[in-house]
Amino acid sequence: MHNLQIRQLISKTFFGMVCLFSFLSALPLVLILGYLLAKGVSALNWQFFCRMPQPLGEAGGGIANALLGSALLLAVAFALAVPLGLSLGIYLAENKKSRLADCARLAVEILQGVPSIVVGLVIYTWLVLPLKTFSALSGGAALALLMLPVIVRSTEETLRLIPLELKEAALALGVPYYRTILRVIVPSGLSGIVTGVLLSLARVAGETAPLLFTAFGNPFLSWRLDRPIESVPHLIFYYATSPYAEWHRLAWGASFVLVLSVLCLNLAAKFLTRRWRVQF
Amino acid sequence: MDILTIQNLCVSFLENTVVRNVSMNIEEKKVTAVMGPSGCGKTTVLRAVNRLHELSSHARVTGKVILGGADLYALDAILVRRKIGMVFQRPNPFPTMGIYDNVVAGYLLNGLKLNKPEMDNLVEESLRAAALWDEVKDSLRKRGAWLSGGQQQRLCIARALAMHPEILLLDEPTSALDPKAAASIEELIVQLKKTVTIMLVTHNIAQASRVSDFTAFMYLGELVEFGASEKMFTTPQDKRTEEYLTGKFG
Repeated sequence: MHNLQIRQLISKTFFGMVCLFSFLSALPLVLILGYLLAKGVSALNWQFFCRMPQPLGEAGGGIANALLGSALLLAVAFALAVPLGLSLGIYLAENKKSRLADCARLAVEILQGVPSIVVGLVIYTWLVLPLKTFSALSGGAALALLMLPVIVRSTEETLRLIPLELKEAALALGVPYYRTILRVIVPSGLSGIVTGVLLSLARVAGETAPLLFTAFGNPFLSWRLDRPIESVPHLIFYYATSPYAEWHRLAWGASFVLVLSVLCLNLAAKFLTRRWRVQF
Repeated sequence: MDILTIQNLCVSFLENTVVRNVSMNIEEKKVTAVMGPSGCGKTTVLRAVNRLHELSSHARVTGKVILGGADLYALDAILVRRKIGMVFQRPNPFPTMGIYDNVVAGYLLNGLKLNKPEMDNLVEESLRAAALWDEVKDSLRKRGAWLSGGQQQRLCIARALAMHPEILLLDEPTSALDPKAAASIEELIVQLKKTVTIMLVTHNIAQASRVSDFTAFMYLGELVEFGASEKMFTTPQDKRTEEYLTGKFG
């Protein structure tokens, strides 16, 4: 009887500990969000999104250049990483055991572990030096390199779960292999693939390090892919390290917007996984 | 009349020979059952007929499969598969498509153009042939996964029939279904032989005897006996066939 009570006590203590630590690990996010909300929301208004930064000493102004810049950088990264990542993911799912697949899988795993600052340096020597200018293109390329592993892994893992029977069904109807992949296999795994793409975007949206010597930053509004461009994380870094209170306020506002967008991307990914899931 | 001739068919995967020297003639608009215990190579024979075994890069085939005078191994595999439809063990409708699109999937996925009335007719005709029309005619846009297992399998049969195949291959089409659904598929098979030649793989002796005109008995990769079902089930020539039919092994 005594023994039983001790065991029940241990069991309850264990359960309590697990709950406590779960709560503790969720706490930082809540604190960060709360802090950003308190500090950042006051900077947000119509001007913040639509206006350019004002010269020092003048009140108001916004971060339109950084918002546009980040959108452009992400668009470039998306355009580069999605076709490459999807192709590799499909290849890996279709050829589980080939030599090339093993090498590619290993390469992707290692790429995932490469520090983002190193990716930035590499793109600097590959693109910035030959083109003789910092540019949105090289910034996008650096981000694409960071997105690639996430897209490849999620595509491969999603497509692997699709039953072989589905592929056989299409092939048995005389559908060529490439059409089977593009019109049966990929649509069946679409929710997983789109989720992977959204998560990879969320992952790189806040990256600063790879942009330092690729996109560089730009205090003016720019649309051009061959010119330096501002981005939200870079603006936060630049403004937060400055000595001016007005710039600090903008940096808090920008941080809030950045975290909110990443959160939205993650929530969208979660929603899509649930909504588009295909029943086999 | 023979529509399909299999001559000295051997299939091996790496070192492992799964089918040895199988020869048989398949008569037009009859049901030919291929039965035998698990692992005897019956499914492999079937998959060699529409060349689906080629999905495995280790598969090697020797011998001939002749359809209407043409050696299937000299043709393009894609054309072969459009002439020879197949239904699998587990129902596998395309999960991203509705019932309507599933039936005409062979056309949609191949990019073959059909106009709307043609397509509507084809869907109705195929679903009627697969005895599914009355059950689904009001819900053609719903997903295939919404149907019961037996209905899904009939949908797969309709999908194969829509391509107007010369031969329909059925690979244990009832083994994943409950007895009632299985009975309705068997009934359907008997109906279908009026219009199409059927090759049925089954490990179910009773099923082979109920629906087939001819039966092939395979054991350990070899064709033991092949002939009219009536004769085989009453007076088997080979001792192994007799033992299998009386339940001594398998």
